[in-house]
Order: sequence, then C-alpha cells, then structure tokens
Amino acid sequence: MPEKLFKVNAEEYILPGNRACSGCGLSIAYRYVLKALRENTILTLPASCLTVLHGLYPITSVGIPCLNCTFASTAASASGLVAGLAAMNRSDITVVAIAGDGGTFDIGIQALSGAAERGTDFIFVCYDNEGYMNTGTQRSSATPMGALTTTTPILTKQQHKKDMMKIMEGHDIPYLATCSPSFPIDLYDKFVKAKRIKGTRYVQIATPCPPGWVFPPKDTVKIGRLAVETGIVVLYEIENGKFRFTGRSKTISEKGTRAPVIHYVERQGRFKKMSMEQLGQLQRWVDGKWNEYLRRAEA
Amino acid sequence: MEIKDDNISAMCRPAVGEAGKTGDWRDATPVIDHAKCIASVKNRPACYLCWLYCPEGIVKAGIPIEINLTYCKGCGICAEECPARAITMVMHEEAKK
Ligand SMILES: Cc1ncc(C[n+]2csc(CCOP(=O)(O)OP(=O)(O)O)c2C)c(N)n1
Ligand code: SF4
Ligand code: SF4
Ligand code: SF4
Ligand SMILES: [Mg+2]
Repeated sequence: MPEKLFKVNAEEYILPGNRACSGCGLSIAYRYVLKALRENTILTLPASCLTVLHGLYPITSVGIPCLNCTFASTAASASGLVAGLAAMNRSDITVVAIAGDGGTFDIGIQALSGAAERGTDFIFVCYDNEGYMNTGTQRSSATPMGALTTTTPILTKQQHKKDMMKIMEGHDIPYLATCSPSFPIDLYDKFVKAKRIKGTRYVQIATPCPPGWVFPPKDTVKIGRLAVETGIVVLYEIENGKFRFTGRSKTISEKGTRAPVIHYVERQGRFKKMSMEQLGQLQRWVDGKWNEYLRRAEA
Repeated sequence: MEIKDDNISAMCRPAVGEAGKTGDWRDATPVIDHAKCIASVKNRPACYLCWLYCPEGIVKAGIPIEINLTYCKGCGICAEECPARAITMVMHEEAKK
C-alpha cells in the first residue's frame, strides 16, 4: 500500500469535497502536514485560503481541532493555547499556528516575533503562495520581483521578496525549515522532526497557486519542482544554527546543476510583463542567496 | 464520544462534501488505462505517484487504482505526473464548445 511504499501515516485528515481550488498547491502540502502532525495537535489559523479550505460554519473539511483567530494575533493565539494546555497538564498536545504569507510576512509578524522571542513551545507554519490570494491576488512582501498582482497591475512588483527565513533565524530558534508540495516526503519528514523538538519551530512551505500565478492547475507539481530546480525555492533546514540542504536541493548543490530562473518564470502568466532587466535582477538575487547557502553548508 | 463545552459557542463538525459534490467542478475526467498502470502491470503496490500528488486525497491506491469521481475536481495533476502516461484527461463535451 502507498503508506508503506512512501513510509507515511495512512490517515487522511482533509476530507474530500472541500472548497480549495482545483490543483491547489496548499491542498497537497496540507495533506502531508497533517499526516505528519497526527491527532494530538491543535491548529490555529487566521483568514486565508486555508480557512476557506477548512470550510464554512457549521461544517469543516478538516479532522483536526482548529481555532479561527484574527489576522494579527495568530502567534498570540498559539501562545494562549500553549499556556492553557500547560495549565491543564496536557504536554502531549502540539500547538500549530498556520498562516499564509500575508498573515506571516506582513500582518502576523509582530505577534510571531514576540512568541519566538519568548521561546513559546509551538510550530509556526507559513504557507507561502506569494500574495493575498483569498482576496484576489494582492501583492504581499512575499511576492517576487516582476510579478503582476491586482495591486501591481502595470509595472509589476518592483521589490524582491522579503527573506522571512533570515528574520526568523534572527530569533535563535531551535528549528527552521523550508519545503514544497512537489517534494511531499521531504515535507513530511520535516514536520515529523519539528513535532519532536521543543521551543519555537518555524516551517515555510512554498505553495504554487494556479489562479494567482496564472498557470494551468495540472502544472502545480511541475511549477513547484521548477522552483527548486532553479533555486527560487531552496530546500533546507537549520537545526540549532546548523544549516543543511535537504532532498533535491542537496543533490543540486552537490552536482552543480541549478537551472536558470527563466525556466520557472516563462511558465507563469504573472511574469508576462517582467522586463529583461528585472529577469537579470532576479537571477542575480537567486545566485547571491544560493552562494550564501553553499558557504553555510560547507562551514 | 462528544464532549459538550458551554464555553464554545460556534463549533464546526467535520463532514465530507463541505462544498458539495466537487466532481461538478470538472471539465475533464481522468480515465485510467490499467494496462499501462505500473501497479496493475506489476500486480503489486508500486509507483502510486497519482496517490501521492492528488490534492484531494481521493485516489485509492489499490490494484487496480481507483479515483473517487464524486469529488475529483479534474485538475489533471495525476495525469501529468504519471510516469507511465496511464491517465488521460478526457474533456467533457460541454467544455469543448
Ligand atoms: C484584519 C483583517 N484584514 C483583512 C482581512 C481580509 N482578508 C482575508 S484573507 C486575506 C488574504 C490573506 O492572505 P495570505 O495570508 O497570504 O493567505 P492566502 O489567502 O494567500 O492563502 C485578507 C486580506 C481580514 N479577514 N482581516
Ligand atoms: S487561490 Fe491559490 S492558494 Fe488559494 S485555494 Fe486557490 S489555488 Fe489554493
Ligand atoms: S501514477 Fe500512473 S503508473 Fe503510477 S500508480 Fe498512478 S496510474 Fe499507475
Ligand atoms: S484530476 Fe486532480 S483531483 Fe482528480 S484524481 Fe487526478 S489529481 Fe486528484
Ligand atoms: Mg498568500
């Protein structure tokens, strides 16, 4: 059976017939996030595509207990859940906050920074679809340079993506990781590991979004894979300060087979107005990050 | 067993089909050629990449594999990722117009 083949939990926690778009990258990722976290988990999430996936009152599509919190308070609500569980002596339950890039990079950042600085014992997950997708593709600080959004409709986004991993690393937390739904087993293993660690853990998932990024739903897994092949997304983990490439990114780093970003950019409608100059800037930005990772992996 | 808690005023309950029968959303249907599917050909659990990548978790990875068409949204990821090209997305007549 597939569970044995791939060595993952057989249970499905997302029920069929949910509200997520056809071919949603978040749906694939979330299947494996929940498989890895299992039953003794409490989720808290702010408004986002994920709340839509979770469903409308009085029905939900997800079989794990979940609190719906307000936008800016995701990590604060997690801190409350942790304190409540501690008061009830329920150390067996893991608290997991999960928000979009808007809810993490922009609106949720101060509560998240506060919780991380206090060393709150929880996992914060950011699923990054690079924009405010649930409200119709507005720009966020996670949107890459050169992308069209409904708030950057003419000139495309002029700034590079914010390096949220670096900001979170600045909090000296015990575990940080990046992952992608195109590599579900790498993602699963990271969540299994994160669940075992104490303290604040931060995991960022790069989730392709067909309507927001303007590509056909059948290509979600391919686009996610191209992101990794080109170094736009790099799979790694940082455990107690030690950087390590994982999975496909590890292979690319060893063989030196990173592809140019154009292979990734050309397949998405959101980049159709990107200038050659921007393309060059994006490539240099990716090169710079990649070289930094290479240095860290060697150290 | 259900525990009532008066402190919780608005609580959802899990159910299949929260957004209805999402198979209605499809404009193309995945059709499997079992003579090409690696699991069927080998007659043992193998490959199952369609199961791995289906966003809806509705591919039953048995021998042969089965797709729950009541909820399949027709994204076509299974067909795209199948290494044996055993799945074809067949366009609905209405969608061709
Ligand atoms: C305080 C507040 N401001 C704005 C909104 C409207 N709103 C709901 S979802 C959303 C987009 C969230 O974007 P992101 O966190 O990236 O998640 P995504 O929808 O992309 O999955 C916005 C702006 C809200 N619900 N609450
Ligand atoms: S808008 Fe994008 S992230 Fe949101 S449900 Fe649709 S595909 Fe998923
Ligand atoms: S991906 Fe294709 S070959 Fe593999 S199990 Fe599915 S249908 Fe069979
Ligand atoms: S078309 Fe999409 S939803 Fe339907 S079975 Fe294939 S991967 Fe799953
Ligand atoms: Mg978003």
